[in-house]
Amino acid sequence: MSRIASKFAHLQAQSRKALIPFITAGDPEPGQTVPLMQALVAGGADIIELGVPFSDPMADGPTIQRASERALAYGISLRIVLGMVREFRKHDADTPVVLMGYANPVEAYGVEAFARDAKAAGVDGALIVDYPPEECAEFAATLKAAGLDPIFLLAPTSVEARYAEVGAMGSGYIYYVSLKGVTGSAAIDLDEVARRIPAIREKVGLPVGVGFGVRDAATAARIAAVADAVVIGSRIIEIIEQSPPGEAPARVGEFLRGVRVAMDAKG
Amino acid sequence: MPENTYKLPDERGHFGKFGGIFVAETLMPALEELRLAYEAALCDPAFRAEFEYELEHYVGRPSPIYHAKRWSELLGGAQIYLKREDLNHTGAHKINNCIGQALLARRMRKPRVIAETGAGQHGVATATVAARYGMECVVYMGSEDVKRQAANVYRMKLLGARVVPVESGSKTLKDALNEAMRDWVTNIADTFYIIGTVAGPHPYPMMVRDFQSVIGRECLEQMPALAGRQPDAVIACVGGGSNAMGIFYDYIPHGEVKLIGVEAAGHGLESGKHAASLTAGRPGVLHGNRTYLLQDDNGQIIETHSISAGLDYPGVGPEHAWLKDSGRAEYVTITDAEALAGFHALCKYEGIIPALESSHALAYAAKLAPTLGKDKVLLVNLSGRGDKDMHTVAEKSGIQF
Ligand SMILES: Cc1ncc(COP(=O)(O)O)c(C=O)c1O
Repeated sequence: MSRIASKFAHLQAQSRKALIPFITAGDPEPGQTVPLMQALVAGGADIIELGVPFSDPMADGPTIQRASERALAYGISLRIVLGMVREFRKHDADTPVVLMGYANPVEAYGVEAFARDAKAAGVDGALIVDYPPEECAEFAATLKAAGLDPIFLLAPTSVEARYAEVGAMGSGYIYYVSLKGVTGSAAIDLDEVARRIPAIREKVGLPVGVGFGVRDAATAARIAAVADAVVIGSRIIEIIEQSPPGEAPARVGEFLRGVRVAMDAKG
Repeated sequence: MPENTYKLPDERGHFGKFGGIFVAETLMPALEELRLAYEAALCDPAFRAEFEYELEHYVGRPSPIYHAKRWSELLGGAQIYLKREDLNHTGAHKINNCIGQALLARRMRKPRVIAETGAGQHGVATATVAARYGMECVVYMGSEDVKRQAANVYRMKLLGARVVPVESGSKTLKDALNEAMRDWVTNIADTFYIIGTVAGPHPYPMMVRDFQSVIGRECLEQMPALAGRQPDAVIACVGGGSNAMGIFYDYIPHGEVKLIGVEAAGHGLESGKHAASLTAGRPGVLHGNRTYLLQDDNGQIIETHSISAGLDYPGVGPEHAWLKDSGRAEYVTITDAEALAGFHALCKYEGIIPALESSHALAYAAKLAPTLGKDKVLLVNLSGRGDKDMHTVAEKSGIQF
């Protein structure tokens, strides 16, 4: 069983839901990425989504764009990100790490080499935002062959025929984007989420995580009541942005603890 | 005449290994809706008739072909003919595509149109058609370009558009395109995204090519009447590649006609400051398709340079990538300095002020013509007029307004 699958199995046995924070590797500066990841785990993260910075993050709102730009100013490359995961793995053999990013840096690295090196570094899955299932059968197969989970997005606008398609190609979990728009957009339609999840879970056959627009503990708790995982990104990046130098890990950890408590109370 | 046996792209927008649909799941249904609406429109004679009516009466088509005799004489070789897209309403080929997409937007009952723009030419053309059809219009433009292109920003505002400066990334065309995509994904229900060139995810490269292909279709008819035959080569500048695809497309099955795309070499390829994606780039994925890109070793898109803002783009339409790899078209480069020389030559010898983008195609024709006999015929797409470039050219000559 993959580290992601066993994490979900373990949580399910305890009737708890997964908390999946997102940070961009190299933001606010490279030295803080591993401490931030550790602080996320200490704050109650079950899985970490680690953003690979890209010059043209078309699917991201202003907050994650800024994080990407800060990281790129330090010259953060995919190779460096893999090094960060290797460093994190030295002290944490348990928390799955999923890389989230765009196709071009992965293709520039080479798909085969990426799958091999990511696995060796201790990465568990990858979500390439601009690789819809139609364009990446080979990529998904390469990841799976290397023992990595290819993770796909579903959206409120996705037709139901799409559920089975991504279910067949993906593994690990499915990331349900809870609103129409880019990351960090404001409103989240909780009723829509509640309505959609059962059908997705049934047709996809994987745990369903919900993200885009989750900003506080109360919303996270309400999502946890209907989904298998809650993904929080832009809000965490904002906390990192607003933290005085060196304090980002502590502040992010504190925020996550509040979310964790709220989710477990409901869960 | 041979049947056009060239039938690309495939169902999912592939030109060989290029093109396709590389976008987040949130955009997939919008692209599917667009593809179906476009296919339906193509089968509707009323849609085609209205498009043709607008091209004739609003744009002023067909645009003439002009034999640049004096300049050809001076160059002492092949005869140069100019396809006069500069005479179109708004002064460039961009309007052909904007009318097609705006009519499609109206058919799809989308009252709001958005666009990205670099120099502002596509923004002006979009604002123009939005005014013409009574649509709300928002144009995204890198904040650097907003500063450099004040006159076009004002033009767009006069036409009723809202111009949004984009502060992310390099604050230029590619970032404006990212921002327009973000707007689209957020406002899909009432918004149509009018992309200005043969780039983006399927169906855009195909659709924009189809709307622009009126250029080459007219040439195919005009050349025999004017020159007694088809040209030996068709030459066009390539930014995203829409004016080039527009004039190339109907010539693709005519194997005896050379197709030559001219990219911007900026300060020279070796300087690294250029926009020659096909000549100096590597295949990758950007803005929804696979194509040649200017990128660093880590797959980050790099900043480009050209004296002409319209060619200043790190990617290129996927069909050009295919035409290059298949050998059907060849791609060459022209530096800023060479383009300027071409610009001045046309002003001086033919009384035509060309756009700096088009000046790249002219400059290559000026290089090629003297190497060929006087019986050879070159057809250059004069994609736009140079009024918008007065400031840039004057500045290069040390003149301030
Ligand atoms: C006159 C003119 N020619 C050419 C271009 C380049 O675009 P494309 O390569 O899509 O024709 C532009 C773009 O703004 C333009 O204004």
